[in-house]
Amino acid sequence: MNNYFDLKLVELGRWIEAFFAHYPTLKLVVHLLLCTLPLALSFMGAFAFTTWLERKGLARIQNRPGPNRVGLFGLLQPIADGIKMLLKEDIVPERSDKLFHFLAPIMLMIPAMIGVGFLPLGDGLHALPLDSAIIFFFAISSLNTIAVFMAGWSSRNKYSLLGGMRAVAQMISYEIPLVLSAVAVIMMAGSLNAQEVVASQQISSWVGSGNILQEFFGRILGWNVFKPWGFAGFIFFFIAALAEANRSPFDLPEADSEIIAGHLTEYSGFKYAILFMGEYISAFAIAGIGVTLFLGGWNGPVFAGLPWFVLKLFSLFAVMIWIRGTLPRLRVDQLMGYAWKFLFPLAILNIFLAGFYHFLERQWGTAIAMLAGWLFGFGALQLAAIALSRLNQSPTIRSKRVYQLVE
Amino acid sequence: MSLIGKGILKGMGVTAKNFFQSYYRKERLPTVEYPEEKATINQFSRNFPFLLYDGDDPVDGMRCTACTLCERACPPQCIYIIKDKDENGKAILSPRIFDIDTSVCMSCQLCVEVCPYEAIRMDSAFELSNENRFEGLLLNREELLKPNAYYHEIHPLEARETDDRMAAKAALAEAKKKARQKRARLAAKNKPPPGLKKTPPTRKKPPQREKSE
Amino acid sequence: MSPVQTMPPRSYHIGKDDLGADILEVAMGPHHPSTHGVFRMDLKLDGETVVDLKPVFGYLHRNHEKIAEDITYPMSMPFTDRLDYLCGMTNNWAYALSAEKLIEIKVPERAEYIRVIVAELTRLVNHCLLIGFFVNDLGALGTPLLYALREREKILDLFEVLSGARMMVNYIRFGGVRCDPPDGWLKECQRIVDAFPAFLDEYETLLTENEIIIARAQNVGVVTREEAINFSLTGPMLRASGVNYDIRKVDRYGIYDRFDFKVPIGGHGDCYDRFMVRMLEMRQSVKILKQAIRDLPEGEIMGKAPKIFRPAPGEAYGRIEAPKGELGFYLISDGTPIPYRFKVRPPSFVNLTALRHMCLGHKVADAVIILGSIDIVLGEVDR
Repeated sequence: MNNYFDLKLVELGRWIEAFFAHYPTLKLVVHLLLCTLPLALSFMGAFAFTTWLERKGLARIQNRPGPNRVGLFGLLQPIADGIKMLLKEDIVPERSDKLFHFLAPIMLMIPAMIGVGFLPLGDGLHALPLDSAIIFFFAISSLNTIAVFMAGWSSRNKYSLLGGMRAVAQMISYEIPLVLSAVAVIMMAGSLNAQEVVASQQISSWVGSGNILQEFFGRILGWNVFKPWGFAGFIFFFIAALAEANRSPFDLPEADSEIIAGHLTEYSGFKYAILFMGEYISAFAIAGIGVTLFLGGWNGPVFAGLPWFVLKLFSLFAVMIWIRGTLPRLRVDQLMGYAWKFLFPLAILNIFLAGFYHFLERQWGTAIAMLAGWLFGFGALQLAAIALSRLNQSPTIRSKRVYQLVE
Repeated sequence: MSLIGKGILKGMGVTAKNFFQSYYRKERLPTVEYPEEKATINQFSRNFPFLLYDGDDPVDGMRCTACTLCERACPPQCIYIIKDKDENGKAILSPRIFDIDTSVCMSCQLCVEVCPYEAIRMDSAFELSNENRFEGLLLNREELLKPNAYYHEIHPLEARETDDRMAAKAALAEAKKKARQKRARLAAKNKPPPGLKKTPPTRKKPPQREKSE
Repeated sequence: MSPVQTMPPRSYHIGKDDLGADILEVAMGPHHPSTHGVFRMDLKLDGETVVDLKPVFGYLHRNHEKIAEDITYPMSMPFTDRLDYLCGMTNNWAYALSAEKLIEIKVPERAEYIRVIVAELTRLVNHCLLIGFFVNDLGALGTPLLYALREREKILDLFEVLSGARMMVNYIRFGGVRCDPPDGWLKECQRIVDAFPAFLDEYETLLTENEIIIARAQNVGVVTREEAINFSLTGPMLRASGVNYDIRKVDRYGIYDRFDFKVPIGGHGDCYDRFMVRMLEMRQSVKILKQAIRDLPEGEIMGKAPKIFRPAPGEAYGRIEAPKGELGFYLISDGTPIPYRFKVRPPSFVNLTALRHMCLGHKVADAVIILGSIDIVLGEVDR
């Protein structure tokens, strides 16, 4: 009964396909469409909703009401924005590289959409159920670096160029801690298959037991984020994901107070909308893989499946919005230093921590492993973090400043 | 370099507090959503000058005597006055043309301060957008003239003070007039009273401005 | 000898270093989100590092000084509001102070107190807004700025009740102030001043300990003590470099000798110190405000000013500690009601001269926050 919603959706798909049972070619086309079209449409819808959520959330953080003119609570605002974007003049700079200027938004959109396809949205709701889905995901999602640089380079604007350069440096650097923190999960799950990673995050002996309480907690307590290595890994992953998705405080490629809008500077009209949408959808994809790897995927009590996935995805996004409303931006050298000198060693250490945990669990059982993991493993990580931050800081910054008050 | 630190978490706490309190505390959501609800204009607010008149007829009750003090005191020189003349070409103490270019006016209130007749005051109406930025913003005498009741409505305190001052002035003038009449009656032997009127000081012409009469 | 020549620019590589990269010239501004108006920085970049910088301004030149030499003394008062349009009150006061020196008018006690109150309120407005803009330049998407605007609104409402306008106040007159505060104004003022420290606490919790701000702002745009003096910096910028020089303490103009307040001094002269000095100055302003509101005497608000302001031939320089630094008006009278020479010493403009020195060798992102930490208003720089 748990996966009722997902099962119904899968059934619906089968039912539609059954109409074309006698035409194998057509059936294949319909099958492909059923795999991709709902996905594309729903993520575009989610993008529209997220722009509203972000504007509303930021506004409330800043003590403003936010969009509230179009529709109830301004919910139709994204549609109004879309129409505006569609009708606007598409300005292409005279001396830009017009072909690449045109291709960049498309190039950004394609890997974002493919990346979304690798996410297990629910039980059986999986557009590209590959055995090596997670590796594929990281490979595909790093493609949008090229798109961002293409946008920056082809615009022939100095701000765009700076933004493009920043994007390349940033996205390539943060790919490493991102993947390394995922490695721990892959190690523990013993599989690169996204569905299996999700399945590994239930306490299987509890879930099938029929006891309501065990059923309930079995789908929560198994999440990787509740394990010491998973918690640390989730933090590293989340920070690196913020940087990968160009979200604040790592929104350097489009730092509005420094380089206007970075690679987006020379884009207008619908191309801008596509670029914007591409960035959001790749942010969704990364948040989605974060949910899959650390937050138990579609696992959850009572109505496991798609609803839980959506809920977790939007909660992650809400945290991103909250961070965006609070933090200033890092500088470009600090950003790189943070990835290489801080996150990278810690993520490697976390892999060892995961191995240590795995060994303990096999040897003495989960309870001991948890205890030791949280006490020693996590403590070791914290010590390492403190040591690293001491090493990286200049001594003047380390000391707390005191200000004299004189007559 | 440690970025997940206490400072950041504290800051996130502050923003979270603001986020939630904006739903139930007024001072955390001070926005006044303009066309539906308007912020109350306090009675001391000022923006552009207007002319006052007493009684019912704007032109007859006009307090302005076209002394051009305000025209001379106006820093951006947005006031333009031409004195009225009667049929014989003799100057009358009222303006034939009194224009204020509100696109030039900088709402400094100096004209109000120099006016000895309490004839010019600052308005506080603010919805003044106009389709024509030349003629539309150039207010002429008829558009500028507003009754004293309007003044009482927008600046009640200041208007009461002004009225008291004018009443005192009128009483003083009345007393003076009576005293003068008394003196005149007493001294009415052979000496006529000297002319009190002084010739106004000559002044430079204000810069000519293209405008349709 | 100009101060720039005495200090060799910091060492940096130009172009022909190991990478053989070219210099990228960027004209940052005049339409750029964070140049605080229409200001342009012609940057030469090696990668992201600033190797040369030329400030270009004058886009907002309104001929203020020349216009003032064509009109009478009192008529210039509303124009001074528009110099630093965030702090009209202090501009008014500086101009009134120099005119009062020119003709020697005694300002009544009550007017002096009111002037102190409005000037310190202006300081609160300016500093909380500046910090908001500074953090906005750091990339914080306007959250601190909007909190600052929320508090500023309350003080601007006070100004509106007092003077009729929120920013272009035109309130202070030669020999006093224009009008007495209406009933209840002081009470309202007291309430807002009492509530202000709570906002400052919130602001400090949000900002001062933030690791990103510390990493971004510390050791960026350093001006040493000697350099600061040589550049003739004033105001919070000078004090952040460790020089104890506050005109409120040095000149004790008005009645500032009666108040008990202290001057915060920074030790490093970097962006973070400039930000913190302003933060601490706001607390001192609150302290002054509380004393001034408590001690405000009854009495006249206008001294015996002549009907027509016609000073004897001579000159006067009046200066005050405006929120941005030393704001001075230099007047030369030739005996007519119109000044012969009218010169403004704008703090933003003088502080801006250190910009190139501070930015060299830093990144583009730092150039933006250094400019933000100088606290310029282009209305005052260009006049």
